[in-house]
Amino acid sequence: MGKIFKFHNDLDTDQIIASQYLLLPTIEEMKVHTFESLDPQFPQKVQPGDYVVGGENFGCGSSREQAPSVLKALGVEAVVAKSFARIFYRNAINIGLPVIVCKELPDVVTDGDEMELSLTEGVIRSGGQEFSCTKLPEYMQQILSQGGLIASLNKEV
Amino acid sequence: MGMTIAEKIIARAAGVEAVRPGDIHTVHLDRMMSNDGTTHLTVDMYYNKLKHPQIADAKKMVFIVDHNVPSDSAKTAGSQKKMRDFAREHAIDFWEGKGVCHQIMMEHYVCPGELIFGADSHTCTYGALGAFGTGVGCTDLLYGMVTGTSWVLVPETVKFNLTGRLPEGVYPRDLMLTIIGQIGANGVNYQVMEFCGDGAKTLSVNDRMVLCNLAVEAGAKTAIFEADEIALEYLKSRGRKPKAVFTSDPDAVYAREYTFDLSCIVPVAAKPDFVDAVVPASEVCGVPIDEAFLGSCNNGRIEELRVGAAILKGRKVAERVRFLVVPASQEIYLQAMEEGLIQTFMESGAIVMNPNCSVCWGSCQGVIGENEVLISTGTRNFKGRAGHPNSKVYLGSAATVTASAVKGEICTADML
Repeated sequence: MGKIFKFHNDLDTDQIIASQYLLLPTIEEMKVHTFESLDPQFPQKVQPGDYVVGGENFGCGSSREQAPSVLKALGVEAVVAKSFARIFYRNAINIGLPVIVCKELPDVVTDGDEMELSLTEGVIRSGGQEFSCTKLPEYMQQILSQGGLIASLNKEV
Repeated sequence: MGMTIAEKIIARAAGVEAVRPGDIHTVHLDRMMSNDGTTHLTVDMYYNKLKHPQIADAKKMVFIVDHNVPSDSAKTAGSQKKMRDFAREHAIDFWEGKGVCHQIMMEHYVCPGELIFGADSHTCTYGALGAFGTGVGCTDLLYGMVTGTSWVLVPETVKFNLTGRLPEGVYPRDLMLTIIGQIGANGVNYQVMEFCGDGAKTLSVNDRMVLCNLAVEAGAKTAIFEADEIALEYLKSRGRKPKAVFTSDPDAVYAREYTFDLSCIVPVAAKPDFVDAVVPASEVCGVPIDEAFLGSCNNGRIEELRVGAAILKGRKVAERVRFLVVPASQEIYLQAMEEGLIQTFMESGAIVMNPNCSVCWGSCQGVIGENEVLISTGTRNFKGRAGHPNSKVYLGSAATVTASAVKGEICTADML
């Protein structure tokens, strides 16, 4: 079980990691600023295995790959949303951060609830309820299961 | 079954006869662009994560320093140096301080029919010349740099039929914000916006860039115009030739169709903190502002500078308002000087800056403080986008932004 950190519809990547931190040398230096505009304590509160839950159009806006990268670096297990903006979605898969489309869960859970995700079953369990998730296309599933696009590239080349 | 322009470009890049929405194809990329927003991370991954670091074709790569230029700190300088050194070592085209990346790409590289990846969400701008440009992250960029290829999920296309002509004092930016306000911030998520119709013929390449550039704010993978005589004339004037000129087949399949009558568009503004929170500009008139910004890859070209300067001529920027004017490239800056526009801006009290992303991305010039209000021709108005998390950003046309700078509160040009 991991804790849920819940965010609003149309959550843009500027909120995940603001522009002024993007040119810092490393993701490690950036991650302490994750969600700074919405919840400055987020990097201290989040534990490995926790989940970020959004609404529609999660990760819209800038293509900054730093957004999924800081979430992964903080140990976020997966991001669950009703829908994702395409660049965030693709970036997350490329770096090996599971992004799960689930239409029902975001309306049922609140911030601080707990949930458990079974990637293989495509099921989320929370508050005694089960929610089914949309399956990733096989091609993307393969990238994710190899640990991301670079891991998969290192096998190819 | 016919194909749309976007589908034809993907089919060409994939080396197949036909593609259908939902297919996944491996494509050969015609060009890749990366800027200082992420390239230092790409370079780190290149050296530290790859088993066999190599570059498929350095001639297809373009690196552009445009986000924090000139550098604002020692750490930024370090990240940019990493990028500069890498470009030099690998003979990659490198630009610094010459302009915003998409403006540089349009002035010097983009050709109709090309499939281009850019590590920047506004890469969709290139559809103004009939190219398929789309934003990616640095891992995708790295994969493309190493292999010369990538994978694409073929998107559906949504048709935007434009009719009529924009009225005097109404601009393509008003049109695009109106479209986004109507369809929403994810109105065309993972789809292509194809602009066509008689109204499209009234739009210059600059105007088309304004439309295509903001397509990502409605979730689009890209936006595209047919490379017609207007686009080909622009290309010819810059000594370039198309890769391929595609038109959508009469029996091409569209996910949806919209019609917008340009003659019905009015000046609009997007309210904080969402680009689709669009209202007639008259509804937000009277909101006091602290700063105004005329610039960006969306709206910092000579056409917009002319609009701003014409309004500003003989007037002064309001006391206590900072009015930042940032030409999108040095080429535009020089032209604005020749036309006397820069003099007009400076005589009126505007702050004219070097070409770069400036306050549009909120990390370099003109950052705003707590509870301050900015009206901007930039691309986004997300919470904190221009500085402090509790500052506010309104988006409007060059005319509305300039008029507001004069009045010290949001107003349209006809109210001065």
